[in-house]
Amino acid sequence: MSDSPIASHQNLPGWRAWLLTDTPTSRRHAKMASLYQNWLQFQSNPMAMFGFLILLALVLIAAFAPLISPYDPFVQELGNRLKPPGVEGHILGTDSLGRDVLSRLIYGARITLYIVTLVAIIAPLVGLFVGTVAGFAGGFIDVILMRITDIFLAFPRLVLALAFVAALGAGIENAVLAISLTAWPPYARIARAETLTIRNSDYIHAVRLQGAGAMRIITKHIWPLCISSLIIRVTLDMAGIILAAAGLGFLGLGAQPPSPEWGAMVSDGRKFILDHWWVATIPGIAIFIVSLAFNLLGDGLRDVLDPKESGQ
Amino acid sequence: MSGIVLKDLNVWFGNGLARVDAVKNASFSVPLGESFGLVGESGSGKSTILRAITGLAETWSGFIEIDGNSLGRKRDEQFYKTVQMVFQDPYASLHPRHTIDQVLSETLSLHGFSDIEARIEKLLQDVGLGPAFRFRYPHQLSGGQRQRVAIARALAPEPQILLLDEPTSALDVSVQAEILNLLTDLRAKRGLTFLMVSHDLSVVSHMCSRMAVMQNGNIVELLSVEDMRAQKANHAYTQHLLKSSLGYTPSETTSG
Amino acid sequence: MTNLLDVEDLWVRFPTRSGMFDAVRGVSFSLGKERLGIVGESGSGKSMTGRAILRLIRRPGQVEATRIALEGRDLMTLSEKEMRAVRGYQISMIMQDPKFSLNPVLKVGDQIMEAYQIHTKGSAKEARQKTLDMLEAVAIRDPERVFDAYPHEMSGGMGQRVMIAMMMIPDPKILIADEPTSALDVSVQTQVLDIMDKLVRDRGMGLIFVSHDLNLVASFCDRVLIMYGGRIVEVCDADKLHDAKHPYTRGLLNSLPRLDEPRPKLDVLTRDPAWRDEPSVSGAL
Repeated sequence: MSDSPIASHQNLPGWRAWLLTDTPTSRRHAKMASLYQNWLQFQSNPMAMFGFLILLALVLIAAFAPLISPYDPFVQELGNRLKPPGVEGHILGTDSLGRDVLSRLIYGARITLYIVTLVAIIAPLVGLFVGTVAGFAGGFIDVILMRITDIFLAFPRLVLALAFVAALGAGIENAVLAISLTAWPPYARIARAETLTIRNSDYIHAVRLQGAGAMRIITKHIWPLCISSLIIRVTLDMAGIILAAAGLGFLGLGAQPPSPEWGAMVSDGRKFILDHWWVATIPGIAIFIVSLAFNLLGDGLRDVLDPKESGQ
Repeated sequence: MSGIVLKDLNVWFGNGLARVDAVKNASFSVPLGESFGLVGESGSGKSTILRAITGLAETWSGFIEIDGNSLGRKRDEQFYKTVQMVFQDPYASLHPRHTIDQVLSETLSLHGFSDIEARIEKLLQDVGLGPAFRFRYPHQLSGGQRQRVAIARALAPEPQILLLDEPTSALDVSVQAEILNLLTDLRAKRGLTFLMVSHDLSVVSHMCSRMAVMQNGNIVELLSVEDMRAQKANHAYTQHLLKSSLGYTPSETTSG
Repeated sequence: MTNLLDVEDLWVRFPTRSGMFDAVRGVSFSLGKERLGIVGESGSGKSMTGRAILRLIRRPGQVEATRIALEGRDLMTLSEKEMRAVRGYQISMIMQDPKFSLNPVLKVGDQIMEAYQIHTKGSAKEARQKTLDMLEAVAIRDPERVFDAYPHEMSGGMGQRVMIAMMMIPDPKILIADEPTSALDVSVQTQVLDIMDKLVRDRGMGLIFVSHDLNLVASFCDRVLIMYGGRIVEVCDADKLHDAKHPYTRGLLNSLPRLDEPRPKLDVLTRDPAWRDEPSVSGAL
């Protein structure tokens, strides 16, 4: 690595040169430059950008749902049931109760995002904490934490969800909780495996030799390194999470009618699939597209976030 | 005044049938202010001795004394202020997600210093890195630059003793010269004591005044660098090492 | 008499975010039945030169040369299929760490046999015998046992000797050794070099020895090319290395700590940017 700034950057507009510099002048500068350079690398992957844009669209659709949606998703028009796509102003047709499929799809985006966000926050965080503590402490603590992890891993999602429903009542929040509680163990395992590797690195030995305690090492040194694998794993799990919510919705344990949750829409439309394919298929396609987008995003993130070590 | 004293140090891994003795009955002492070398090939136990001193070895027996204090299982703040270590692989000794600034300021705050800004600037200057490097990440630095940061980190608590684990073996020859010169300068300026581990006899001879030659966990010979240069080595293994480091000479093909 | 290898104006380029990076810039040299050392630091392009000869550099790397001729035959004009017949059979390569260049899940004997059978038609029995013979030739005392061993069961020195056996069994004309002893302990280095020396001499091969270790190359090779910044900056006979003229070579020699010459400080190499711009010195015979 040379000491002088890369010559080609001298012709760029001010802010780009600032972000591409290899001599940052402050902590914030360093962080932003690093993020920007990661972004550039991410951008060079067309499939990942495609996934990212779809998810961006999802977020925007969910945010502006009331403005975009042509109809109210809950208004029933029994005279207009099961109209095929393209008929009378219903671009994607209507469902069994005459509700506009497109509008329900748009409002359903909010619910999908809600599920995905909650699970994406709860499961990896719990897994990160459990896994890193187990991996770093080793011995007795490791054994106990990992057995707890195994116990949760053994729980079938639906059985746990049933238990929750029995205790707390049906609803999307409880379904999300049930999904999170069965989703965290794999993250704990990933975090633990990473911690076991990282634990023996020289930079960890070095900071121990400065007198750092376990908590500092775990939070400031190990977590930043585990977070990338967890982020990647979360995006790849998204498809499964959305479908799990759908499955719970099918059992009546998750989103309650008339909520336009995509999974519930799919299961509602099962009855009509032969003659009125669009009621189940269209939300199914939406789930597919969003899951694919998350997968592509995850792949792209993995290329960017893997630690840049030994750069010769 | 005593710096490092080792008596009958044994370090092993595993127990029972699976026990591997990495260091057997090692004894030597390094007075304060001296530069002492530990030479040997891979598996000789030289790096393990450093680990035992820093408390990173689980199972050991014998006697280790640093600056008059005998060491037990744990190390304390006083130890970390007295003894610091520079690791071998510059590509592995810095946290990949922390800037140089973060590395140094964390070290300084762990040791309780308050004038962190000034100290960081001075440390970077002392190791020959300008302020431009302060907020870089390790992957933006060359091997030699990273090693300088590692040295700066080791010097932050103002230790008396530096343990150096093959500090230049992963570096190019020209960069090695810079780092060795830097270490020589720092030692002169700060009156440091060095315990340097290396497989390279010429590096150890350049940096140290006395050395211990290790083979398979045993110290086979203790000699001064003058004796080494004069090829006045007693033990056969030392002579063998000496011969091998003078370059390649066609010899009888030995079978293995 | 045609040289074993002629390389004329070799360029190796890689596209990077900030433009094209030239790893090797206009390198020319020849190889006879001799031991030629290529010395340089990391980034000098020495390994790339070796790999370019064997066309081991994949896209997006680009290799261009006026000519890379093996006994007069231009390798640049060969198709990939024809090149495969050259690799291993006419030109072989040994790499630095046998841990990474031997397949960990195959027995050593099988790997060596494979190297033999790719290039020669013959029965498996013949191949096995040849393999055992080769293992003996690299001074392995118990060839039968090592034949059935896995790479991880061997020490570094033994692994490297197995590597040599594997690469020499098809009887190539040229051996390119890329830092063959850098991962080995000093006492094992001598042994491995002895074996390479003997085999190269007995078979009348040419050897290209790529290394960062100037002293080792000077004591082992006949001629030395010193590379810096992708170019050859100096060519000299190995025994005259210490009289080298170019400031980079002198700088490298002076920055080494020496057992026989104590010095309080080592000379630090000051890199003159002009060295990058000088034309490459030709290492032709």
